[in-house]
Amino acid sequence: MADQPIPALEVRNITKRFPGVIANQDVNLKLYPGEILGLLGENGAGKTTLMNIIYGLYHPTEGEILVRGQPVVMHSPKDAIALGIGMVHQHFQLVPVMTVAENVMLGSEAVRNGFLDVGAVAQRIHELSSRYNLDVDPYALVEDLPVGVRQRVEIVKTLYRQAEILILDEPTAVLTPQEIQGLFQIMNLLKEQGKSIIFITHKLKEVLQVADRIAVLRQGKVVGEADPRTATQASLAAMMVGREVILTVDKKPAQPGPVILEIQGLTARNDLGEPALREVSLTVRAGEILGVAGVQGNGQTELVEVLTGLRPALGGRITVQGKDMTNASPRQVTEEGPSCHVPEDRHAYGMVGSYSVAHNLVLNTYYRPPFAQGITVNEPAIVEHASRLVKEYDVRTPSVLTPASSLSGGNQQKMVVAREFSRPVKLLIAAQPTRGIDVGSIEFIHNQIVAKRDEDVAVLLVSYELDEIMALSDRIAVMYKGQIIDVLPREEATREKLGLLMAGVHPDEAASSA
Amino acid sequence: MSRKRVWKTSSIVSMVLAVGLVVMAILVNTTSLSQQTWLRVLFGVSALNFALRATVPLVLGALSGILCERSGIINIGIEGMMLAGAFAGFVVKVATNSWPLGMSLMAGVLAAVLIGGVMGLLHATLSIRYRMDQIISGTIIIILAAGFTAYLFDRDAVAEGKFVAMPIPGLSKIPVLGEVLFNNPPLTYLALILVVVLHVALFHTRWGLRTRACGEHPRAADTVGINVNRYRYMNTTLGGMMAGLAGGFLVLEAVGQFQEGMTAGRGFISLAAMIFGNWMPFGALGASALFGYTQALQNELLLAGVVNVPRHFISMLPYVVTIVAVSGFVGRVRPPAAEGKVYETESSA
Repeated sequence: MADQPIPALEVRNITKRFPGVIANQDVNLKLYPGEILGLLGENGAGKTTLMNIIYGLYHPTEGEILVRGQPVVMHSPKDAIALGIGMVHQHFQLVPVMTVAENVMLGSEAVRNGFLDVGAVAQRIHELSSRYNLDVDPYALVEDLPVGVRQRVEIVKTLYRQAEILILDEPTAVLTPQEIQGLFQIMNLLKEQGKSIIFITHKLKEVLQVADRIAVLRQGKVVGEADPRTATQASLAAMMVGREVILTVDKKPAQPGPVILEIQGLTARNDLGEPALREVSLTVRAGEILGVAGVQGNGQTELVEVLTGLRPALGGRITVQGKDMTNASPRQVTEEGPSCHVPEDRHAYGMVGSYSVAHNLVLNTYYRPPFAQGITVNEPAIVEHASRLVKEYDVRTPSVLTPASSLSGGNQQKMVVAREFSRPVKLLIAAQPTRGIDVGSIEFIHNQIVAKRDEDVAVLLVSYELDEIMALSDRIAVMYKGQIIDVLPREEATREKLGLLMAGVHPDEAASSA
Repeated sequence: MSRKRVWKTSSIVSMVLAVGLVVMAILVNTTSLSQQTWLRVLFGVSALNFALRATVPLVLGALSGILCERSGIINIGIEGMMLAGAFAGFVVKVATNSWPLGMSLMAGVLAAVLIGGVMGLLHATLSIRYRMDQIISGTIIIILAAGFTAYLFDRDAVAEGKFVAMPIPGLSKIPVLGEVLFNNPPLTYLALILVVVLHVALFHTRWGLRTRACGEHPRAADTVGINVNRYRYMNTTLGGMMAGLAGGFLVLEAVGQFQEGMTAGRGFISLAAMIFGNWMPFGALGASALFGYTQALQNELLLAGVVNVPRHFISMLPYVVTIVAVSGFVGRVRPPAAEGKVYETESSA
């Protein structure tokens, strides 16, 4: 190891304790110049805490950080920036009402005669933009930009500050498959120009594709390193979770029964008043999972909202078990379907963060006995119900009285699933049921969905993750620009074929070229 | 997008109105149109002069609000800061009655600004250091100022002299316009200059960029090494000074004496002007001018006695206009996204 180059960044024996929790314990990492280090770990494994320490937002309880071989102490991000460390945060740190140039210069402003020199900053952004193929317009307002471009603005922000070490925190979580490939090209370009990158993710395939070296974090500790040339998804998942994980879902062939959900010629508009659903027709039978594949923003959100009574249908018909449910209220959908809904955005539609776990678990049944007694609620019954569900659905919470917002994402999602799945239903509508949660919870929720199917429930599954659709579905519908452009049996649906359909290629052409 | 369009159209409309007002004022005051009572009430030089006098404290109050809220601190305590400033100005003016008038007035203005700043600092400390709800903290400022000034006020004290008009050579000779705009006491000029200064500072300097970032997305500011709470302390203190200056204007330039509760809701109307003006200095000037003009109108209508409705209805005019203007624009203006929210980091907590 004597001829190893000096690491651009090294953390030695870092430990970080929060009151009652150890977020990082004895972490050692090295990042060499011109390499991409994949930092893999489940949600809550301590990846973000570690990066916040490296970026000066948190102070380590113990241990030290070395930049280019020199020990450093950082009091705030200002110190990290001065040392050439740049971070692209998971939640973008951009001011929406300001322009790209204003956002880029914020904190490191170019000033001439006391006034901001926007022209000079714009010039610099153009240079960086063309050098690293980022395609960013300095005068655009950030709020007008799509997510993928905002991320590139964040990258420009770090480069403008002459960062040599870039930390990308879960950068692919918000991107479409095409945008992810674009980001990887940019990362490789940055690497070729000598920048060092820490790429944080929990997606196994991505880290294998782009990283030069992989470090795995579990429960705050580095549990091992891996070489992407020899590691497999299964071996990485096992390291990440600490046990063997079954990445494919084990399920029996479907036994479809009678039609439960029938959608005919459904049309609806999105929030901006533009057509979002154009004559959508679908059927889902009892005992089958119909997966709806497609790139985000092609009408999937609106479809689910119309089906669950959250958005008006402008035309067409929805029937559930033969009953007309077009424009029914959410409660009618819940009660008369009877159906349940795992919403796409659990924070906005799935739970009340400041309520306890117990109260969240009765959000759809609180108004009936035994939870309601006249006009009052029966707390003991609610708590008892919650204690049972928490055990049954493996929701890890200190107590059922803990506020839901203090649970990890995976446990919040399991809580939502517990609430929705614990009623006898005939129709299950699940949108992005495993968005942003850890591998262990994904496995659990997938098994629950398959179990529902085997109880003769009709399942409509919407997901932007092609892997999830392919793992669970019995039939796959592809949505493109508000239309269902094809419905395929699972056996005929190859990744290539689905990819072409998702890009809007006509089914006949897709069949001949795939 | 539609919000931007609303702002574009409303600024065009207000410019057209302003030009129309100037044209009418020149016509009415230089031709025989001045024989028409109604036109004189609406566009006479005295109406316009009164409007400007009523506008000054409102626009200073609105600038105070902009300074605080652009950095993320809600300031409903402008009324209290103004009152405290007015009282301090009065006390120092009375104490220095024996000094030359100019010196004594300057001392009064300094005291008003200083005490306003102290009130601002208090508001900032309560909201940031002690994480108090900013609406409650603002209310405390109002009650504190009202109570203290009423308790400490010596009814026998008399301030001798106030600021007088300083015509600007040349410009003040322009017919009508010169009389209205360029023949005013110094604090009026200062208020108008401050509008321009604050606009340039907010949108074209480092301080302004950082201030706006703290009000919109403090975490983003923090991640690029900006000390969010330091900016909030600084701006809230500056905002208090601005409100103090408004109080100083009332005592040392407009009235010449202090009266209990003399701000009479001006702090609240300037809050409305800040909102109506979309947290922009020039917007605040336009809104303050509208409210100031309705006050002038109320005054002129009562003097001229041209309408046959009880005077109480006429007295309501400025308040009705304020309510209509603000409620009509709710949802079309956009406050700084992070205002009213405490910003905490591990390092600052």
